[in-house]
Amino acid sequence: MRFGVVQFPGTCDDRDALLACRQAGEAELLWHGDADLRGVDAVVIPGGFSYGDYLRVGAIARFSPVMEAVTAFARAGGPVLGICNGFQVLCEAGLLPGALLPNLERRFICRQLAIEVVDAGTPWTCALAEGQVLSIPAKHTTGRWYAPPELLGDVRVVFRYARDANPNGSTDAVAGVASAAGNVVGLMPHPEHAIDALRGSVDGLGVFASAAAVPAGA
Amino acid sequence: MLPGVQDAVALGLTEAEYALVAGKLGRPPNQVELAMFSLMWSEHCSYKHSRKLLRTLPTEGPRVVMGPGENAGAVSVGDGLVCVFKVESHNHPSAVEPFQGAATGVGGILRDIFALGARPIAVLDSLRFGEPDSERSRYLLDRAVAGIGHYGNSIGVPTVGGEVYFEDAYETNCLVNAMAVGLVREDAMIRSAASGPGNAVVLFGASTGRDGIGGASVLASAEFGADDAAKRPSVQVGDPFEEKKLLECSLELLERGLLVALQDLGAAGLTSSASEMASKGGVGIDLDVARVPLREADMEPFEIMVSESQERMLCVCAPERVDDVLAVCAKWEVHGTAIGSVTDTGRMRILRGGEVVGDLPVAGLVDDCPLYDLAPERPAPGLYPPPRAVLGQEATPRDALLALLASPNIASRLPLFEQYDWLVQSRTVRRPGEADAAVLQLPGGGGLAVSIDANGRRVAADPYTGTAAAALECASNLACAGAEPLGTTNNLNFGNPEKPHIAWQLTEAVRGLGDACRALGAPIVGGNVSLYNEGLEGPIYPTPVVGMVGELPDVARAGRLGFAAEGDAIALVGWRAAPSLAASELAKLRGEPLPDGLEEIDVAHVVGVQAAIREAVRAGALRSAHDVAEGGLLVAVAECCLAGGLGARLDLGAPAAPATPWERLFGEQAGGFVVSGPSAALTALGERIPAELIGTVGGDALEVRLGGERVHAGLAELRAAHAALAALFT
Repeated sequence: MRFGVVQFPGTCDDRDALLACRQAGEAELLWHGDADLRGVDAVVIPGGFSYGDYLRVGAIARFSPVMEAVTAFARAGGPVLGICNGFQVLCEAGLLPGALLPNLERRFICRQLAIEVVDAGTPWTCALAEGQVLSIPAKHTTGRWYAPPELLGDVRVVFRYARDANPNGSTDAVAGVASAAGNVVGLMPHPEHAIDALRGSVDGLGVFASAAAVPAGA
Repeated sequence: MLPGVQDAVALGLTEAEYALVAGKLGRPPNQVELAMFSLMWSEHCSYKHSRKLLRTLPTEGPRVVMGPGENAGAVSVGDGLVCVFKVESHNHPSAVEPFQGAATGVGGILRDIFALGARPIAVLDSLRFGEPDSERSRYLLDRAVAGIGHYGNSIGVPTVGGEVYFEDAYETNCLVNAMAVGLVREDAMIRSAASGPGNAVVLFGASTGRDGIGGASVLASAEFGADDAAKRPSVQVGDPFEEKKLLECSLELLERGLLVALQDLGAAGLTSSASEMASKGGVGIDLDVARVPLREADMEPFEIMVSESQERMLCVCAPERVDDVLAVCAKWEVHGTAIGSVTDTGRMRILRGGEVVGDLPVAGLVDDCPLYDLAPERPAPGLYPPPRAVLGQEATPRDALLALLASPNIASRLPLFEQYDWLVQSRTVRRPGEADAAVLQLPGGGGLAVSIDANGRRVAADPYTGTAAAALECASNLACAGAEPLGTTNNLNFGNPEKPHIAWQLTEAVRGLGDACRALGAPIVGGNVSLYNEGLEGPIYPTPVVGMVGELPDVARAGRLGFAAEGDAIALVGWRAAPSLAASELAKLRGEPLPDGLEEIDVAHVVGVQAAIREAVRAGALRSAHDVAEGGLLVAVAECCLAGGLGARLDLGAPAAPATPWERLFGEQAGGFVVSGPSAALTALGERIPAELIGTVGGDALEVRLGGERVHAGLAELRAAHAALAALFT
């Protein structure tokens, strides 16, 4: 299993995502300027502030050459995970439903949270159980997921903030969603920052283990 | 027309200094030269009022890799790795425009770290504001915290710790100090000394604008007056995205071995960066301002030379490497331009195209600023007005406990820390609020602990003892995490040193810092001085902010402050006598004036206590360790309860005369700790250092018996009081 971790100018959690992926398989960085995914089996778009979050979060990154390749890969059913800024980029790219708006309190929030697995049928959650609650940190200013009410019924919700932990005012406490086919998943909390008990939690490992458990090419 | 002596005075030089400049040049300086001299000879750049004092500080030790004088200090942390760290102030810009002032403070200190080739791995901050019932203080707090978060979060460096105090003395002149820590392989470090005549000088990063012109002289080297809004254009504007690219670009340039020297552009911009690189290397530099990429086309040469536009670096490379350097810049979408060359003339020559617009001796500019002796004089008591009383004489110990927990200097810092990313880079083993010091994982299983501290009120009461206490407090924080100090950085925030009483505060503080750091074996490897911190109502409390870095061999055993297990014994350790209420937090709440002097600290005894605590934590013998600081014993125990979510029952016996119950419960003194664990472990600790078993962990309340006194407060009540700062951010 080989993961590719995309690096834009302004990406901050790229090395953290590499560490997490390497708990489940091999991993390498993919440069934003190359439209070549180098044959990786799964793509992670990590957190940070791609292009300084200028214009609108994720709005510039989606036009980078690597995103053309990621979009083709996703349309062909390849597993793609967007974490935080990566989630924002995937929404901007039209690969995930909804949009991410400024937190209700309009502040950056960094907090260890409880999130519940709602859909274990995606390649990023298949090693987890529905109803399982994970302790994972979130850190963002623009994490309030929103979709218009008429579209909500069609959205595949993958993670919800549990135990009244919704930190940003997301619609229906949504913390993460998937594409209709399930292979593209985005979430605001950071599973790559929950992979070592010394640093607080190992509950994020299951996300990366899930992708590794899916047979390559499946 | 040439500028005259009155222009020099307007730029902050004295008439005698102007004459000295003209003497060094052999003619009156032109506009470019005068601008450069006025900045390089400003207090901010030359340390002309503090350098003689700073020479008395201990700077050497077996682990020191780089002492003061470079962009930051560095200590060895083993396995060929070096920890680079420094604290710096951005006080005056933050008082004028808090968001950008604080943001660029973080940006500036981060550049100092990666200018040495180190990847920044942590930021800590030290903040001082007026009391939060002042609207201006709430505004400064809110915007400064947002600015720190904006910069640190966006650039991907975790903010892992810090401190904040609120006192009337900082109402006009707030303090924003930021400390950064970096990590680098010792063989990959780079210095700032330019060398090799014929080598190219490349400027890379943001383009140069009119922002921050005269920041070092206008803002940093004079007192505040009534016309401060007009100084807003002197504040720089930060762009963390630009700096993130600059950081990655700089580290890649170094990794590829393309550079001879590297330096960041901070106060005094190109002037100080280029001339310091030349001075350290004993060479000259020619710079062509016509080649500097500008934001505004019509900038004058002197403006280009003194602009403090952020996110810029200067490097020296061999001429045949210039194309490679520019290619790396292009990869990271960073502007890179060769703007000059190294010469063997020992002079800074500023050119505009073919025309020489400035020609100055490097040594005169960098090293020959006259140094001044201070004229210290101990002030009469009453320099600072007493604090406003908020706790009446009728208050019970329970009232006092809840009032202290809710007081701005003690209440939980979580509402601030939640606005900072404390976990990016995957090293944070102890996050803010979990232990007295932040703990970061190192490759190989060890850890780095970092702490920053200063209690200005205690320094105002006694500059020598108060400053020694700040250094000891840092080391106590490290000890609770299981770490031993390796090195110290400091930022001396004081008033106008030309006033005898401020000179006395500064002199005494530096003496206290030096003595404590010598005793701790924690040499001072870098730092900064911020003088002229005075507002309309007088000087700030003298505030020598101390930052300390320590190491622990096994990060898995890093200490925690919260009680961890029902039934554990609790001990108060370290003190040989009851602590005092002088200059304490309780005295402040009662509105008591500052005492004239504090009780002397037995530094050697405190250092011994710290060693015993550190060894017990490292051995895994203790389940919690927390140093007793503001608010004394009872506040420390309450903090252990809240951090662990467990209550405690204390039986403190009867107060031993002459101590009163109030001193026993709320007195403050260096070197006291609250620890918990199996009673056998605490008894064993008591064989080395003073230790008194005072109670047991358990229940959902803090219950205290002291002679006839009873204090009972539920955890929920304690938590509600401790959450007082949250209201400032809604």
